[in-house]
Amino acid sequence: MSDQTPETGVSTETATTHERAGAFSLDVEERSISDAFNGWIGKLRTGDPGALPSVLGLIILAIIFSQVSSRFLTRYNIGNIPAQGAYIAIIGLGLVFVLLLGEIDLSAGTAGGASAAIAALAVFSGNLHGRTGLPGFLYWCLVIGLLIGIAMAVWLKAYSAAVVIAIGWILVVTNLTQHLFLALVAAVCIGSAIGVLNGYLVAKVGIPSFVVTLALFLAWQGVTQFVLSGQPINTSNYSLWYNLAYGNLSVFWSWVFTIVVVGGYIAYTILVSLNAKRRDLARDSMSLVLLRGGVLALVGIVLTVLATQNRGVIASAPRRGIPTPAVIAIVLMILCTIALSKTTWGRHLYATGGNAEAARRAGIDVVHIKVTAFVLCSAFGAMGGVMLAASQSSASLDLGAGNVLLFSVAAAVIGGTSLFGGRGKPRDAIIGALVIAIIPNGLGLRPSINPQWQSVITGVVLLLAAAVDAVSRRRAARS
Amino acid sequence: MTEPILSARRLNKSFGPVHVLHDVDFDVYPGEVTALVGDNGAGKSTLVKCFAGINSIDSGEITYEGKAVTLHDPRDATALGIEFVYQDLALADNLDITQNMFLGREITSGRSSFLSDGEMERQARDTLTSLSVRTVSSVRQLVANLSGGQRQTVAIAKAVLFNSKVVFLDEPTAALGVAQTRQVLDLVRRLADQGHGVVLISHNMNDVMEVADRIVALYLGRVAAEVMKADTNTTQVVELITAGRSGGIGLAAATADETM
Repeated sequence: MSDQTPETGVSTETATTHERAGAFSLDVEERSISDAFNGWIGKLRTGDPGALPSVLGLIILAIIFSQVSSRFLTRYNIGNIPAQGAYIAIIGLGLVFVLLLGEIDLSAGTAGGASAAIAALAVFSGNLHGRTGLPGFLYWCLVIGLLIGIAMAVWLKAYSAAVVIAIGWILVVTNLTQHLFLALVAAVCIGSAIGVLNGYLVAKVGIPSFVVTLALFLAWQGVTQFVLSGQPINTSNYSLWYNLAYGNLSVFWSWVFTIVVVGGYIAYTILVSLNAKRRDLARDSMSLVLLRGGVLALVGIVLTVLATQNRGVIASAPRRGIPTPAVIAIVLMILCTIALSKTTWGRHLYATGGNAEAARRAGIDVVHIKVTAFVLCSAFGAMGGVMLAASQSSASLDLGAGNVLLFSVAAAVIGGTSLFGGRGKPRDAIIGALVIAIIPNGLGLRPSINPQWQSVITGVVLLLAAAVDAVSRRRAARS
Repeated sequence: MTEPILSARRLNKSFGPVHVLHDVDFDVYPGEVTALVGDNGAGKSTLVKCFAGINSIDSGEITYEGKAVTLHDPRDATALGIEFVYQDLALADNLDITQNMFLGREITSGRSSFLSDGEMERQARDTLTSLSVRTVSSVRQLVANLSGGQRQTVAIAKAVLFNSKVVFLDEPTAALGVAQTRQVLDLVRRLADQGHGVVLISHNMNDVMEVADRIVALYLGRVAAEVMKADTNTTQVVELITAGRSGGIGLAAATADETM
């Protein structure tokens, strides 16, 4: 083999030009449509199936349920799915950050439930510190807890989290939480404070995240019951809260939303491709960029056309427009994707999940990365708790408990996020949540099927997803 | 003769009652490969960790480009331009070559924290090209899909990406096959030819005799001898490693026995 290596006698200049042509041939080329397709097939072969299994699973389930009930594929039914699945998607989005680190947050659901319950009580009672508000000691726990959260966030150098928690503290002590919108903001801030606690216990104290969050999963359930004093609060009286799950964008705003999302994507990818061409870097050819953009535009336009038609079943109450929960989930997914793939923070998060020691040696503050991931997870948990309360029209005593968190983990895993860390994308949570949400939806359309099947089928789907992950991992290791 | 870029004088280090380094003198010259050899427990790793700022030194002096420096933290060494490639390669499998090479030192657009992936790719490619690395078809390949030799190449390229002047390589060929060892040794030679001061820590006499210009043998925490490769042979180096002395060179018999 050694005689194949060029001797050092070769002048560096000729060597350099030669290497440029030979060694990095893949790096200066334009990726055409067929290259991209072959690359995708190659990825499948080497054990990186991406979103394919979950999308296939979604299609198969849709075909099965369309046989179960003719009502499944109606616009009315499909339009209901976002409201039924948004909370799973949003909690799942938060979990992606933690799962990427190879950690887990079992408490996101109940922490979110407790945060949302506080928000509900703040609006319902008009004053958290008042007679009908929080029990006295709990109010002071909240106020002092948020202060401690700020201090810990500053100490752990999670400054943005400190700011968010400080906003929550101000909203609570000034009783601005009597206004619904601000109460919901405060819920997210309280969630962030809970995340700082999780992050501190996991990253600084060194307790396994499974244990920390299992303990807090139990604890926050009790806190929710303390907060509500045994009395669930109806949230459907508040139109803003109700509309988070059951509202729709108007036809005009539906189109604005689609055009901004699709147009933004196309403009961004074209810009990237042109920029790379100018600098002679690997890039996707314009035809590939336009093909991708075109497919997205087509899907977006078809969905928007369908969504903007009346899908109401009662003639007097037309229902049209893109459902608000879908908009919220998509916007959050886009923000998460940008944060993870385009910022140094996201790069460091992937590195920490892939090889924490390598990240540490590269000078990355691993503790900071872990804390921020847990903060985001709990903050998304709080948003999910708010969405769940909207979806079930009530801040119930078991808000966020039960299967909520497990469904969210399942969503992320079904979508393709690895529990071992380092691999996963925000879109996984969205696709996985769709899979999880259509199972009860489809089964519910035929009352003759026992609801017991719902858990069984969800379990089987999750098992299949995990099997696909394991098999592809084995293939990847072999190749 | 050129001045050493990094040198240690009369370095002492103890862990509790165990005196690990005795008055060690060690020099790294730009453009040369200095092999640091010694048996297990001779103090190679301890010495390297002193330069890395992981171990503090008890007494002695470290100078870098003629100026005395103190190294308390791995970041101090990096800031000076001293890089370390450890045996267990510090690469993240789930990231691609470029992402690994720039890990922790990403280029961002302007003052924002948004990544400039294109610029990083270009620089990664240029660095690999300058090292005449031909075995990598794309800097967008995931590190998980690379062979052992390619991974070692990426780790070394990462170390020289930021104009470092001294590179420590800990057993770079330990787990590699014949062909891959060849690639890595060529790369080590090229690093020195580019003017880097290279320190090669190795157990493999073939590797040492092949690429080193200068060989420093440690024997039970003392420098047994510093010899030029041209003036020595494998037998002599092995004797220095195992007995601390070889013929006329090495530790005086008394010292060698006393440290036993």
